[in-house]
Amino acid sequence: MLSRTADNLFWLSRYVERAENMARLMEMGYRMALMPAVVDGNRSEWESVLSASGCAAGYDPDAPLRQEEVANFLIFNRDNHSSIINCFEYARANARAMRTAITAEMWEALNNALMELRRPSMHNLAKNELPEFIDWVKKQGALFRGATDSTILRNDGYDFIRLGTFIERADNTARLLDVKYYVLLPETSMVGDGVDNYQWTTVLRAASSLRAFHWVYRDDYSPHRIAHFLILNPFSPRSLAHCAEQITQHLERLARHYGQRHSVHRQAVEMYSLLTQSDMDEIFSGGLHEFLTDFQGRNRLLSLAIADAYHFGGQ
Amino acid sequence: MFNEMSVDDQIREPYRALVDWMEASGPEVLEQKRLEAETLFRKIGITFAVYGEGGDPERLIPFDLIPRIFTSGEWRKLDRGVKQRARALNAFLYDVYHNAEIIKAGIIPADLVFRNDAFEPAVIGIDPPRNVYSHIVGVDIVRTGPEDFYVLEDNCRTPSGVSYMLENREIMMRMFPDLFKSLRIEPVESYPDMLLKTLKSIAPRKCDREPNIVVLTPGAMNSAYYEHSFLADQMGVELVEGQDLFVHEDRVYMRTTRGPARVDVIYRRIDDAYIDPLCFRPDSVLGIPGLMNVYRSGGVAICSAPGAGVADDKAVYTFVPDMIRFYLGQEPILNNVPTWKCGKPDDLKYVLEHLGELVVKEVHGSGGYGMLVGPASTKEEQAAYAKRIEADPGDFIAQPTLALSACPTFVESGVAPRHVDFRPFCLVGDDVRLTPGGLTRVAMREGSLVVNSSQGGGVKDTWIMSD
Repeated sequence: MLSRTADNLFWLSRYVERAENMARLMEMGYRMALMPAVVDGNRSEWESVLSASGCAAGYDPDAPLRQEEVANFLIFNRDNHSSIINCFEYARANARAMRTAITAEMWEALNNALMELRRPSMHNLAKNELPEFIDWVKKQGALFRGATDSTILRNDGYDFIRLGTFIERADNTARLLDVKYYVLLPETSMVGDGVDNYQWTTVLRAASSLRAFHWVYRDDYSPHRIAHFLILNPFSPRSLAHCAEQITQHLERLARHYGQRHSVHRQAVEMYSLLTQSDMDEIFSGGLHEFLTDFQGRNRLLSLAIADAYHFGGQ
Repeated sequence: MFNEMSVDDQIREPYRALVDWMEASGPEVLEQKRLEAETLFRKIGITFAVYGEGGDPERLIPFDLIPRIFTSGEWRKLDRGVKQRARALNAFLYDVYHNAEIIKAGIIPADLVFRNDAFEPAVIGIDPPRNVYSHIVGVDIVRTGPEDFYVLEDNCRTPSGVSYMLENREIMMRMFPDLFKSLRIEPVESYPDMLLKTLKSIAPRKCDREPNIVVLTPGAMNSAYYEHSFLADQMGVELVEGQDLFVHEDRVYMRTTRGPARVDVIYRRIDDAYIDPLCFRPDSVLGIPGLMNVYRSGGVAICSAPGAGVADDKAVYTFVPDMIRFYLGQEPILNNVPTWKCGKPDDLKYVLEHLGELVVKEVHGSGGYGMLVGPASTKEEQAAYAKRIEADPGDFIAQPTLALSACPTFVESGVAPRHVDFRPFCLVGDDVRLTPGGLTRVAMREGSLVVNSSQGGGVKDTWIMSD
């Protein structure tokens, strides 16, 4: 396979996943903002969302940090590299650059999503009915993954698509958790009260994991368990452990398929072991934020190492 | 004007079955079919972008549902004439980059060839595989009467449009299965196989295995990108960009996820000027530095060969009948359109006096841009154009305004005749091959003679009836 094709497949799925995760971040901000204010001047949900999105640097410092402005920035701003509309534009541009490497169903899922998103009516929907808009974005991600799952050949191209998905998802789950733990309630005195618990369940909701969590842990919303669910639990589809497991598996498939191993294989196994061998007490005592920062760094390096091993450049 | 469907209210033979079917179906069925066809096109994503016009870079080319039909007798003549031309053009290309016998014999002026912008000194003396330069020759043909066909121009570099020939047929077969069952229409779908066979047959000297073939595209922003990816897909070869290829020692490689893979034959859809920044335009980012060195030493084959453009220049065009006589010792089967060369004083005088009746073109122009269609122009336009001609007469040729044939076409007011032309695609490698079919382009505006897709022209399926 051409390296450029691998690059396009990898980034195509990263952008789709990113669009969906931007929507999830906003869902979290939206729900948190529905909570009564506990402390004056502590209504910084949208600021937190912005900073967790990793795009705060591009936000107009004079613009208010309200839902309407922040959401518009995260959804439609063309100068924001990771805005949802840009994610779909880039995903489709990557797809178009190697049309024949993906199936017609995958192309249609992407193409239709972008065409709809470009319609002016979507601006109104996002402005007036943000939750509906968020559902729409999540549905587009699901459509694309469904089309991929049911139509594409299980060859090396599939591995690059899946690697892109899980590298991006791991990064985003880490960001979601970081918003909650570090940005929203920096003062430790407030950790553990009612608002705190509500916010933790909001993190779960944003990860579409509230019901799954119930099944696994019943009703104990301790931060400890919620963090466990999203970090170490290998059965949770958005947990870091699950993402790392998938990444390791797909790299392993590539190694078998090509008969070649690279340093990226060792790096992936290391990252996976870090998650299978840690426990939450250790992570909390070392600092959740520090743990998440370290993880995001490893994940970034892993992404670069994949590009290196398979001779593509990264976007 | 010759209407290909009917003469004096008599339906011509090849159209009879189609007309019967259309009358039996009625306008509603036809309208419904038309909408279905458009939806199919949009779904498949066949698009054509127009440079410099802004707007949607993935515009759809208008597709007309009513096919253009040739009898087998008409096709036999076209087939022989096109192949003859393709052979002569390749013989000419080999000659001008070697001994230039045709110039020594005084048949073509040396200036016209050696001072031509498309003449490529960098390939003088190189022997491309099988001595072929132009492996895909697109010959643009117009018709003015039952027996009168004229060649408007030759395209020896990278003629586009063959994907429309294939996709138009695909859609027509889906829309009108009954017609295809009851009529005997020559199939066109073997074109990609024939192209692959042709490309395999021109493997370079140093290639000691089944050649690895790639299609080289400038990228997704190019107007013909759909065609590039379509052909690569149909042949089952990689579609590459310049950045995917590199030269190492005396071979070309592509970057793959397993490391470098050697490339033997490049079907390039990039102009000469851009294929190698070390040899041609140094600012090109589309090309592969060092490619021409590998080409010279027989490490890679390039299709079409660099320098092939000198044969499809509009000034050289006027000499193609002479080439046929000189190299093949035959009389041309297809005629050229009579042409005045403004570089000649007598011709220039005639052209300036008859601007209102002629079509004047820039010698190096393409795509229907920068031409003057006399009968459709105003006095002011003619005066302005005359100034351009006088400034540089050698850059212009003129031809009579031909009464192009017309074919029935769907337009807003129903079905009406519209002018058409025709481009078959001739393949030259170990053999000269021609798919029975081609691209019919149609001027969608009433009275318009400009069929270029960049100027609102549409396309039709072309049926060759078999015996």
